[in-house]
Amino acid sequence: MAATTGATSSAPSQSATVAAESTESIADIFASMSYGPAPEADNVVQAWLEDKKRAFGHFIDGKYHQPAGRKVYEVKNPANGKVLCTTMRGESEDVELAVKAARKAHTTWSKLAPHVRARHIYSIARHVQKHARLFSVLESMDNGKTFRETRDADIPIVVRHFYHYAGWAQLSDTEMSNWKSIGVIGGIVPWNFPLMLLTWKLAPALAMGNTVVLKPASYTSLSAILLAEVCAEAGLPPGVFNVVTGSGAFGSMLAAHPDVDKVAFTGSTLVGQKLRKLTAGTGKKISLELGGKSPFIVFDSADLDSAVEGVVNAIWFNQGQVCSAGSKLLVQETVYDKFIDKLKERLTHFRVGSSLDKTMDMGAIVDESQRASVEEFVQSARDEGAEVYQASACFPSAGCFYPPTLITKVQTVSKVVQEEIFGPVLVALPFRTAKEAVSLANNTRYGLAGSVWTENVSLALEVALLIKAGAIWVNAHNLFDAAAGFGGYKESGFGRDGGKEGLYEYAIPRWEERPRPANEDIDYSKFGATLQGRPTYADNLLPVLEGGSAAGVPAIDHTYKFYYGGAQKRPDATYVRAIKTSEGKAMAHVGEGNRKDVRNAVEVAHKAAPGWGKRAAYNRAQIMYYLAENIELRRQEFADRLSLQTGRTADSCLNEVSLSIQRLFYWAAYADKYGGTVQETTLYGATVKIHEPVGVIGILCPDEYPLLGFVSLLAPAIVRANCVVIVPSEIHPLSALDLYQVFETSDIPGGVVNILTGSKDHLAKYLVEHQDIQSVWYFGSEAGSKYVEYVSAENVKRTWVNYGLSRKWEDPEQGEGEEFLYQVTQVKNIWIPMETSLPIDNNTVGHFSCRFCFVLY
Amino acid sequence: MSERNTGVNWNESWIKDVKVNLSAVKARADTLGTRRCVKKKWQAAWLLKAAACIDLTTLAGDDTVVNVQRLCYKAKNPIRADLVEALGVKQLGITCGAVCVYPSRVGEVKQSLKECGGSAIPIASGIYEEVQQMREACGEAHMKTILATGECGTMANVYKASMVCMMAGADFIKTSTGKEGVNAILPVGLVMVRAIREYYKRTGYKVGFKPAGGIRSAKEACVWLSMMKEELGDEWLTPKLFRLGASSLLLDVERQLYHYVYGRYAATHEFAMS
Repeated sequence: MAATTGATSSAPSQSATVAAESTESIADIFASMSYGPAPEADNVVQAWLEDKKRAFGHFIDGKYHQPAGRKVYEVKNPANGKVLCTTMRGESEDVELAVKAARKAHTTWSKLAPHVRARHIYSIARHVQKHARLFSVLESMDNGKTFRETRDADIPIVVRHFYHYAGWAQLSDTEMSNWKSIGVIGGIVPWNFPLMLLTWKLAPALAMGNTVVLKPASYTSLSAILLAEVCAEAGLPPGVFNVVTGSGAFGSMLAAHPDVDKVAFTGSTLVGQKLRKLTAGTGKKISLELGGKSPFIVFDSADLDSAVEGVVNAIWFNQGQVCSAGSKLLVQETVYDKFIDKLKERLTHFRVGSSLDKTMDMGAIVDESQRASVEEFVQSARDEGAEVYQASACFPSAGCFYPPTLITKVQTVSKVVQEEIFGPVLVALPFRTAKEAVSLANNTRYGLAGSVWTENVSLALEVALLIKAGAIWVNAHNLFDAAAGFGGYKESGFGRDGGKEGLYEYAIPRWEERPRPANEDIDYSKFGATLQGRPTYADNLLPVLEGGSAAGVPAIDHTYKFYYGGAQKRPDATYVRAIKTSEGKAMAHVGEGNRKDVRNAVEVAHKAAPGWGKRAAYNRAQIMYYLAENIELRRQEFADRLSLQTGRTADSCLNEVSLSIQRLFYWAAYADKYGGTVQETTLYGATVKIHEPVGVIGILCPDEYPLLGFVSLLAPAIVRANCVVIVPSEIHPLSALDLYQVFETSDIPGGVVNILTGSKDHLAKYLVEHQDIQSVWYFGSEAGSKYVEYVSAENVKRTWVNYGLSRKWEDPEQGEGEEFLYQVTQVKNIWIPMETSLPIDNNTVGHFSCRFCFVLY
Repeated sequence: MSERNTGVNWNESWIKDVKVNLSAVKARADTLGTRRCVKKKWQAAWLLKAAACIDLTTLAGDDTVVNVQRLCYKAKNPIRADLVEALGVKQLGITCGAVCVYPSRVGEVKQSLKECGGSAIPIASGIYEEVQQMREACGEAHMKTILATGECGTMANVYKASMVCMMAGADFIKTSTGKEGVNAILPVGLVMVRAIREYYKRTGYKVGFKPAGGIRSAKEACVWLSMMKEELGDEWLTPKLFRLGASSLLLDVERQLYHYVYGRYAATHEFAMS
């Protein structure tokens, strides 16, 4: 059968239906060489559904829980519209019950010996493996994705994840010795990889000793329920893993439950933002794995034929309903036409059809509403005059399907180029140089993934580093493995699923208890309002402070300015605030920063960031030592100043200065010892984890320990190549300001360290509202912490807040260590397959598909 | 149908800057067999096609008229008559693609087969001029060039060797003799058919492809067929443009067809040996 080619802007022509084909004789087929249907049997799934009377409840505390009187969802197979069963629409008391069970189970589960937890997780892996076929068929029927993918990707990755994290459970005492479980995890996962993404939450959560209440997507709850049943079969104690089903609002109830200690979410950026706001100020941890618009960059030095197949994996894997889908194709202009021709040719033998049919490249879209949304995007491109190419060798006449789509003649201003379509739709843009390719790749609010196609290794690595995203594949796309974390930059979220980096999302430092702030309502519109200072003539100490001159001769006035862009700068509004001694006498004036000062400081910080990142780690360490050396030289002066501000004893203040010097040495040491590791994934090649800087960090320092607190936050940020806009203690800022003279004389490039003073909350407001700050750290009040977390949702920036609690900065356990390293870095994993020589060694393990050859039993 | 490949003038630019990424090629080759499969009567039809594309080969030092003759008769009647009858394909007159023997045995083959199928002459590949001279020497006979891909070192070399042979006028390019240590493998086949596709695009000549060695199961044969279908299109699914150099494969094909017809697994001895 000749491939049918859809012309521009036309729907794909439909091939003969299966029923018509079945009248063909063998002789006819010998001539046509067509593919017939090759369906995977669904009888075991049907029997399982029958066992449950096709009506599912929640799975709580080790058993099905089916409260009466609940509304239900009708679950349909998207490929044929047939109703499979119903699932329950949970209500608040169901959340209550599940969280209670999880809370109870946590008391014992978290205290089990690591080896015992490892055995449990290992047992889950084995049991999922034993039921792999059932899971694969069920997932395909529930979601509409092809059985080939559930069999070769989803389920093997699930199994691999449980094995990998069984290992982390075993090693949790040694490898995570400074960390402990958080408590009850509320997991909320989407419908595109229902079982796989829940496993990415469940496995590390269990490994660290947490218990889980999971809410799957309402379209696709069945594999989660089956997993809960299989976990019970595998001997997992009741309450450790609970599944509750329901609507999005029901998910919010789970996230908001006071006894849920952490929310782990994968899904849309919009919902992620809602959850961030919902949990703001509660003391809960949160990790968000959100949307993407990931670039697929083809250079003229690439193997174009292989890159065409790469595109197939990138955008037509799982109907393009993949957060890391390579949906933005960037092709060097010298090979653009050739590549687009090849891609179009490839689509003529692309097969779309029944999810259980083993001859299909692509299955059904999860739901009609999703299909309509995809179509709306494509129509918008047509309306703009873009060229829409849709073709496939076969396309079903019924069911919820959408053809593979290639859109050309579009530019960066188009909606289809900017937004995540979450369907099988690819947009293609040409580029001229590598620099332009990187700019186009980063011209998005997302930063989840990307791929680079070239045989030039130097080019591949540099582009991989320059793309701001959490996973970069070289000459491949959509490779996943438990040993490498997956997660985003920018509005693609924060936190990682997978690898050791994934464990930190389910752990808190051993010394810490989950904060439970009062979480009082605040008026977001009024927060951070400030009134600038007026003269303080009554309490003035200024004339005599630094005197030493003869009586009656005033000291020379010393008014501190801001320090940003490598120079001292006056406040925009030229207001000052008086800084007082412990006795309430004004001892100096500092600038009162406002939003324009924040704007200026952030601007220079971004200018400095690329160059600072390229500086050798050795050089960054040297600058730390230089700071330490200068504080050492002025030890007494710093101590006196601290004492005057805080009223603490001379000894205590000298100790703070000593500790600050020690801390600088500590972070200087880490300048060249936390670059990353090679991950042991299933890829034959190198999967390199890089601890990249977060970017520009806004830091609001605590009032306790004016010098040590400042140094403890500043040093880790800048040694790991971030640039900072840092606000020292609001009441005792002078010790930090005294350092700007040291910065000025050091090698530190202007713009790396930027110091503003004034009202903490006022500056916090403008820092967290700034769209081009990547993380905000706030050490202040409960209300301020809540504000920062709430407002950060706007562009999904990372935050680190103290909920009004102080920490012992002098104690190394609390004032330095892994928690700080976690906050100053973000993980990028670069996947670099290798292999050039023939004959091929068949023992090398390549890509995930069909290379997961687990031996059963 | 386009005419036979006459070759083209030497053009270095066609083999300059060839980029082949082995890992990515392997990734694609790995999924060829998982993205497509054929079942039931489609499988039967595809297996018959495989049989029609098989070159039965014997290139052994102890070949005599006895085994060569046996091979010829098997090539003419590759599938048991009752199976052919039951499958309803008698009218297709399916035979194997060819019988390949040493030149000294060609006479015996001619005697055994009333109509001569063995008009293809395999040539071990060399550089352009050499192949071109051989092409001239072949005259009307079709020329297959064997790339000995196991010795090529890299996939880029496999691609270049394929392109050079086609430029010099090869009618078929073949992975290997089938008697070497390194057998036909899908990644190599994929690179070769991509070269064929590129050559076709540039010249309009359709060049045939023959993987040889190591293809033993009916299932593998279907994967090779589907690779041809996917990468080159249906026109290549004929013995004119696709041959399988695999002698033991025929037995498995016959057994699978037996199972299709009778629903039982056959014993080896139930099929005429070749």
